[in-house]
Amino acid sequence: MNQRRSFFVLTMMAFGFAFLYIPILSLIVYSFNESRLVTVWAGFSTKWYVALFHNEAVLTAARLSLKIATLNATGATILGTLAGLALARFGRFRGRAPLSAMVTAPLVMPEVITGLSLLLLFVAMEQAIGWPAGRGFTTITIAHITFSMSYVTVVVQSRLATLDESLEEAAMDLGARPAKVFFLITLPIILPAILAGWLLAFTLSWDDLVISSFVSGPGSSTLPILIFSKVRLGVSPDINALATILVLIVTTGIITAGIFMQRQQKRRERDVQQALAANL
Amino acid sequence: MAWIRALGPYRWATGRLRGWGVTGRTAVTSVPYLWLLLFFFVPFLIVLKISVSGIRLGMPPYDPLVTWAAAQVMDLRINMANYSFLWEDALYRNAYLNSLLVAGVSTVLCLLIGYPMAYGIVRTKPSMRNLLLLLVMLPFWTSFLLRVYAWIGILKNNGLINNLLMSMGVIDEPIVMLQTNFAVYLGIVYSYLPFMVLPLYTAIEKLDLSLLEAASDLGCRPTKAFFTITVPLTMTGIVAGCMLVFIPAVGEFVIPALLGAPDSLMIGRVLWEEFFNNRDWPIASAVAIAMLLLLVFPIMILQRVQGKQMESHR
Repeated sequence: MNQRRSFFVLTMMAFGFAFLYIPILSLIVYSFNESRLVTVWAGFSTKWYVALFHNEAVLTAARLSLKIATLNATGATILGTLAGLALARFGRFRGRAPLSAMVTAPLVMPEVITGLSLLLLFVAMEQAIGWPAGRGFTTITIAHITFSMSYVTVVVQSRLATLDESLEEAAMDLGARPAKVFFLITLPIILPAILAGWLLAFTLSWDDLVISSFVSGPGSSTLPILIFSKVRLGVSPDINALATILVLIVTTGIITAGIFMQRQQKRRERDVQQALAANL
Repeated sequence: MAWIRALGPYRWATGRLRGWGVTGRTAVTSVPYLWLLLFFFVPFLIVLKISVSGIRLGMPPYDPLVTWAAAQVMDLRINMANYSFLWEDALYRNAYLNSLLVAGVSTVLCLLIGYPMAYGIVRTKPSMRNLLLLLVMLPFWTSFLLRVYAWIGILKNNGLINNLLMSMGVIDEPIVMLQTNFAVYLGIVYSYLPFMVLPLYTAIEKLDLSLLEAASDLGCRPTKAFFTITVPLTMTGIVAGCMLVFIPAVGEFVIPALLGAPDSLMIGRVLWEEFFNNRDWPIASAVAIAMLLLLVFPIMILQRVQGKQMESHR
């Protein structure tokens, strides 16, 4: 595999990664800038971080976003795992094609369309049955679950597709009921994929601006809605500080998850080898 | 759990459910199915309905489709005025064409940058490969909004690039980059690059290198081998990546709103403004349906390609 890579490919890789990371690095560097003019360096300072933690609006919005993201991730993971299980394991059941279409469509659907259509649904439902009364926490959470469960489905489905079915079949042959097979065999094996799906759904909800803007009501500004209204007026250093904190959290989270999964992988490989050795 | 199963009511209930054709499988399938039906499919029907309604003052700001003129006379009004308005007004036509152009050009640019990146990642040592893949994915996990925001600080008149160029004496006056089409292209390519690299990586990784070796043994030049072997064999990745960039880019709102000129129109932004600024729900719905019609074909291509990829896993 270790072929000579051409100068062109190396240059493009360097360029690509620089392109991806320079904006993020510039956000971080200027968050420590003393000056209010974000791009004129005036010395090191952490005052924007202090200002951020005293900004009640930011803290309230962050708490709301956190609540929505957690609830959304849990709901989306349950629904997405069920859908992934159905698509990967139930063969060609009736209604598979529409389910598969409805799962993939939200992945690429322009957010303005999803947001608008959900809002119109909520308005129509409120008129017809009186629920949901007004828009806010509930409607944002429902909207987020709807689009992020697709991501969980894809993650779980592709994990199940690469998973050998013989383990599950063996358990069935030995008389385990389908539900028992799922909880004792399938679930533990696909747990890393489910966790990855949960994290993905959490992040999608935490970052979403467009769909939330459509289905939120007065007094229910999520963090991205608040950031967007500030950013429209121009750059401000406390947004840089906020961005830095978020990037830091995500990076540590991803690295921890990466290390954890690599360890699991190694342990699994060792277990397999030991099992093979014992049987020889 | 076993004692529950021994109870009469449990047996009765499960027996009844089976009699109706309800099994564990149907239960597993129907929960996500019903959810998506209610919150994904039905909303489209409502958008379709409102797009053929007239506007009125009040809440909700559109006319009902069906009214009862008399006890048994149903009055169904389908108002196509919104669509003819979209068709005739140059603003909407230009916005559609401009969105297609911006999305198309950005997709090609993403492919041109993404392919060498994905190719390079596949060819690195396995230990490095995971790290590089992680680096491609990391921006995807950090806030999209904030990453677009970062470009404002870089591109604006007294931003990073202009300050740098001026201090080096390359230019005397700042180059206007923010609020131009250039900034919109840059923002879209930057934001969607990971979506291009990941499917390309998956496709290139599966490529059998011995084919390339055979080609070069038979005297095929690397460039020719690339276009006759590598590109056709990684076509699923290319198509998937292009669709994953193109489809959301057509309806993009945040990037043109933050980086584009106020008069540069993209259809996602037009929809947003019709809805939030003009409060014209019927027109916004018609814009959404028209956008969806443009995207049906690309979405179908994507579903076919992804279905193929899912099957090749087995």
